[in-house]
Amino acid sequence: MRLHLVYFAWVRERIGKDGESLDFPGSAITVAGVIRALAARGPGYASAFEDLSCLRFACDQEFIDIDASIHDGAELAIFPPVTGGMRRR
Amino acid sequence: MIIVRVQTEAFDPAAVSSTLSAGRTDIGAIVTFTGLVRGDDGLSAMTLEHYPAMTEKALTKIAAEAESRWHILGGTIIHRYGRLEPGDNIVLVAIASSHRADAFAAAEFLMDWLKTDAPFWKKEEVDGKDRWVEARKVDEARKSRWD
Repeated sequence: MRLHLVYFAWVRERIGKDGESLDFPGSAITVAGVIRALAARGPGYASAFEDLSCLRFACDQEFIDIDASIHDGAELAIFPPVTGGMRRR
Repeated sequence: MIIVRVQTEAFDPAAVSSTLSAGRTDIGAIVTFTGLVRGDDGLSAMTLEHYPAMTEKALTKIAAEAESRWHILGGTIIHRYGRLEPGDNIVLVAIASSHRADAFAAAEFLMDWLKTDAPFWKKEEVDGKDRWVEARKVDEARKSRWD
Protein backbone atom coordinates (compact mmCIF):
# COMPACT_ATOMS: atom_id res chain seq x y z
CA MET A 1 0.00 0.00 0.00
CA ARG A 2 1.13 3.53 -0.72
CA LEU A 3 0.90 6.46 1.69
CA HIS A 4 1.51 10.15 1.20
CA LEU A 5 3.35 11.41 4.25
CA VAL A 6 3.60 15.07 5.25
CA TYR A 7 5.68 16.47 8.10
CA PHE A 8 5.43 19.76 9.97
CA ALA A 9 7.43 21.93 12.39
CA TRP A 10 10.35 20.12 14.12
CA VAL A 11 9.26 16.76 12.71
CA ARG A 12 9.89 18.23 9.23
CA GLU A 13 13.20 19.74 10.34
CA ARG A 14 14.54 16.55 11.92
CA ILE A 15 13.57 14.38 8.94
CA GLY A 16 14.89 17.01 6.55
CA LYS A 17 11.97 17.04 4.13
CA ASP A 18 8.37 18.18 4.16
CA GLY A 19 6.89 15.00 2.77
CA GLU A 20 7.24 11.87 0.65
CA SER A 21 5.21 9.02 -0.83
CA LEU A 22 6.24 5.57 0.40
CA ASP A 23 5.10 1.97 -0.05
CA PHE A 24 4.30 -0.23 2.95
CA PRO A 25 3.75 -4.01 2.94
CA GLY A 26 0.23 -5.38 3.31
CA SER A 27 -3.18 -3.79 2.78
CA ALA A 28 -3.68 -2.18 6.20
CA ILE A 29 -1.38 -0.48 8.67
CA THR A 30 -1.76 1.51 11.87
CA VAL A 31 -0.16 4.88 12.48
CA ALA A 32 2.10 3.15 15.03
CA GLY A 33 3.16 0.69 12.32
CA VAL A 34 4.05 3.52 9.96
CA ILE A 35 6.08 5.25 12.69
CA ARG A 36 8.00 2.02 13.44
CA ALA A 37 8.83 1.55 9.76
CA LEU A 38 9.86 5.19 9.31
CA ALA A 39 12.03 5.26 12.46
CA ALA A 40 14.21 2.54 10.88
CA ARG A 41 14.93 4.69 7.83
CA GLY A 42 17.66 6.80 9.42
CA PRO A 43 18.81 8.93 12.35
CA GLY A 44 16.69 11.95 11.36
CA TYR A 45 13.52 9.85 11.45
CA ALA A 46 14.58 8.12 14.68
CA SER A 47 15.16 11.51 16.29
CA ALA A 48 11.79 12.86 15.10
CA PHE A 49 9.96 9.83 16.51
CA GLU A 50 11.91 9.21 19.74
CA ASP A 51 9.06 10.43 21.98
CA LEU A 52 5.68 9.35 20.66
CA SER A 53 3.86 11.39 23.32
CA CYS A 54 5.12 14.52 21.50
CA LEU A 55 3.52 13.54 18.19
CA ARG A 56 0.08 14.09 16.71
CA PHE A 57 -1.39 12.65 13.52
CA ALA A 58 -3.96 13.47 10.87
CA CYS A 59 -5.26 11.14 8.17
CA ASP A 60 -6.73 12.94 5.15
CA GLN A 61 -6.70 16.16 7.20
CA GLU A 62 -8.61 14.79 10.24
CA PHE A 63 -6.93 14.16 13.61
CA ILE A 64 -6.50 10.44 14.39
CA ASP A 65 -4.96 8.38 17.21
CA ILE A 66 -1.73 6.43 16.97
CA ASP A 67 -3.58 3.09 17.02
CA ALA A 68 -5.93 4.01 14.14
CA SER A 69 -5.69 2.12 10.83
CA ILE A 70 -5.06 3.99 7.63
CA HIS A 71 -5.98 3.05 4.10
CA ASP A 72 -4.07 2.83 0.84
CA GLY A 73 -3.61 6.22 -0.82
CA ALA A 74 -4.20 8.21 2.38
CA GLU A 75 -2.37 11.39 3.31
CA LEU A 76 -0.85 10.88 6.76
CA ALA A 77 0.43 14.01 8.48
CA ILE A 78 2.84 13.73 11.41
CA PHE A 79 3.48 16.80 13.58
CA PRO A 80 3.96 18.11 17.14
CA PRO A 81 0.96 19.23 19.23
CA VAL A 82 -0.47 22.37 17.61
CA THR A 83 0.29 25.84 19.00
CA GLY A 84 -2.04 28.32 17.29
CA GLY A 85 -3.34 31.59 18.66
CA MET A 86 -1.18 33.97 20.70
CA ARG A 87 1.86 33.34 22.85
CA ARG A 88 1.27 31.71 26.18
CA ARG A 89 3.89 32.69 28.74
CA MET B 1 -22.44 31.75 8.81
CA ILE B 2 -18.90 32.10 10.16
CA ILE B 3 -16.34 32.96 7.49
CA VAL B 4 -12.84 31.50 7.86
CA ARG B 5 -9.69 33.10 6.46
CA VAL B 6 -6.07 31.96 6.68
CA GLN B 7 -3.68 34.60 5.37
CA THR B 8 -0.27 36.25 5.70
CA GLU B 9 -1.65 39.81 5.55
CA ALA B 10 -2.61 41.92 8.57
CA PHE B 11 -6.32 42.50 9.22
CA ASP B 12 -8.43 45.38 10.48
CA PRO B 13 -10.77 44.27 13.31
CA ALA B 14 -12.93 47.40 12.97
CA ALA B 15 -13.48 46.74 9.26
CA VAL B 16 -14.42 43.11 9.97
CA SER B 17 -16.91 44.23 12.61
CA SER B 18 -18.48 46.85 10.29
CA THR B 19 -18.84 44.28 7.53
CA LEU B 20 -20.65 41.90 9.90
CA SER B 21 -23.28 44.46 10.86
CA ALA B 22 -23.62 46.27 7.52
CA GLY B 23 -27.24 46.54 6.39
CA ARG B 24 -28.59 44.45 9.28
CA THR B 25 -30.93 45.34 12.11
CA ASP B 26 -31.16 41.93 13.82
CA ILE B 27 -27.67 42.00 15.35
CA GLY B 28 -27.54 43.26 18.93
CA ALA B 29 -23.98 42.33 19.86
CA ILE B 30 -20.64 41.83 18.16
CA VAL B 31 -17.72 40.50 20.17
CA THR B 32 -14.33 40.84 18.48
CA PHE B 33 -11.23 39.29 19.96
CA THR B 34 -7.79 40.12 18.53
CA GLY B 35 -4.65 38.24 19.52
CA LEU B 36 -1.36 40.11 19.14
CA VAL B 37 2.29 39.07 19.13
CA ARG B 38 3.71 39.97 22.53
CA GLY B 39 7.40 40.90 22.73
CA ASP B 40 7.87 41.52 26.43
CA ASP B 41 10.47 38.83 27.12
CA GLY B 42 13.05 39.33 24.39
CA LEU B 43 11.01 37.92 21.52
CA SER B 44 12.01 39.59 18.25
CA ALA B 45 9.77 37.64 15.86
CA MET B 46 7.78 34.45 15.42
CA THR B 47 7.04 32.34 12.38
CA LEU B 48 3.79 30.44 12.10
CA GLU B 49 3.70 27.32 9.99
CA HIS B 50 0.44 25.61 9.10
CA TYR B 51 -0.95 22.64 7.20
CA PRO B 52 -2.71 24.34 4.28
CA ALA B 53 -4.80 21.34 3.22
CA MET B 54 -6.14 20.92 6.78
CA THR B 55 -6.29 24.42 8.25
CA GLU B 56 -9.47 25.75 6.64
CA LYS B 57 -11.15 22.38 7.09
CA ALA B 58 -10.31 22.37 10.82
CA LEU B 59 -11.37 26.00 11.32
CA THR B 60 -14.63 25.42 9.44
CA LYS B 61 -15.33 22.43 11.69
CA ILE B 62 -14.65 24.49 14.83
CA ALA B 63 -16.93 27.25 13.48
CA ALA B 64 -19.74 24.76 12.77
CA GLU B 65 -19.43 23.44 16.33
CA ALA B 66 -19.86 26.99 17.70
CA GLU B 67 -22.88 27.57 15.43
CA SER B 68 -24.50 24.40 16.74
CA ARG B 69 -24.10 25.56 20.35
CA TRP B 70 -25.04 29.24 20.26
CA HIS B 71 -27.35 31.58 18.37
CA ILE B 72 -24.89 33.16 15.94
CA LEU B 73 -25.95 35.62 13.24
CA GLY B 74 -22.56 35.93 11.56
CA GLY B 75 -18.88 35.77 12.25
CA THR B 76 -15.33 35.85 10.96
CA ILE B 77 -12.23 33.91 12.02
CA ILE B 78 -8.87 35.07 10.65
CA HIS B 79 -5.59 33.34 11.48
CA ARG B 80 -2.32 34.63 10.06
CA TYR B 81 0.75 32.59 9.22
CA GLY B 82 4.30 33.44 8.17
CA ARG B 83 6.74 35.73 10.01
CA LEU B 84 5.23 38.15 12.53
CA GLU B 85 6.79 40.71 14.86
CA PRO B 86 5.77 42.06 18.28
CA GLY B 87 2.71 44.27 17.95
CA ASP B 88 1.44 42.47 14.85
CA ASN B 89 -2.02 41.00 15.00
CA ILE B 90 -2.14 37.23 14.65
CA VAL B 91 -5.68 35.94 15.20
CA LEU B 92 -9.17 37.44 15.06
CA VAL B 93 -12.48 36.00 16.19
CA ALA B 94 -15.55 38.18 15.58
CA ILE B 95 -19.01 36.90 16.44
CA ALA B 96 -22.36 38.61 15.88
CA SER B 97 -25.47 37.61 17.79
CA SER B 98 -28.77 39.05 19.00
CA HIS B 99 -27.49 39.28 22.55
CA ARG B 100 -24.11 39.57 24.20
CA ALA B 101 -24.12 36.32 26.16
CA ASP B 102 -24.01 34.11 23.06
CA ALA B 103 -21.46 36.37 21.33
CA PHE B 104 -19.08 36.36 24.32
CA ALA B 105 -19.42 32.61 24.92
CA ALA B 106 -18.97 31.63 21.25
CA ALA B 107 -15.92 33.88 20.84
CA GLU B 108 -14.25 32.43 23.92
CA PHE B 109 -15.12 28.88 22.89
CA LEU B 110 -13.62 29.46 19.44
CA MET B 111 -10.37 30.84 20.87
CA ASP B 112 -10.01 27.85 23.22
CA TRP B 113 -10.66 25.38 20.41
CA LEU B 114 -8.39 27.19 17.95
CA LYS B 115 -5.43 26.62 20.24
CA THR B 116 -5.88 22.86 20.39
CA ASP B 117 -7.56 21.90 17.09
CA ALA B 118 -6.15 24.13 14.35
CA PRO B 119 -2.91 22.89 12.72
CA PHE B 120 -0.57 25.80 13.41
CA TRP B 121 2.95 25.65 14.85
CA LYS B 122 4.95 28.56 16.17
CA LYS B 123 8.66 29.11 16.11
CA GLU B 124 9.91 31.98 18.25
CA GLU B 125 13.07 34.04 17.83
CA VAL B 126 14.33 35.03 21.28
CA ASP B 127 17.77 36.58 21.81
CA GLY B 128 18.81 35.57 18.30
CA LYS B 129 17.85 31.91 18.81
CA ASP B 130 14.98 29.99 17.22
CA ARG B 131 12.83 27.61 19.22
CA TRP B 132 9.57 25.78 18.62
CA VAL B 133 6.80 26.65 21.05
CA GLU B 134 5.53 23.65 23.03
CA ALA B 135 1.84 23.03 23.55
CA ARG B 136 0.65 23.61 27.08
CA LYS B 137 -1.59 21.41 29.19
CA VAL B 138 -3.53 24.45 30.34
CA ASP B 139 -4.80 24.94 26.78
CA GLU B 140 -6.20 21.39 26.74
CA ALA B 141 -7.80 22.12 30.12
CA ARG B 142 -9.34 25.36 28.84
CA LYS B 143 -10.79 23.51 25.86
CA SER B 144 -12.14 20.62 27.94
CA ARG B 145 -14.30 22.95 30.07
CA TRP B 146 -16.60 23.17 27.01
CA ASP B 147 -17.09 19.37 26.83
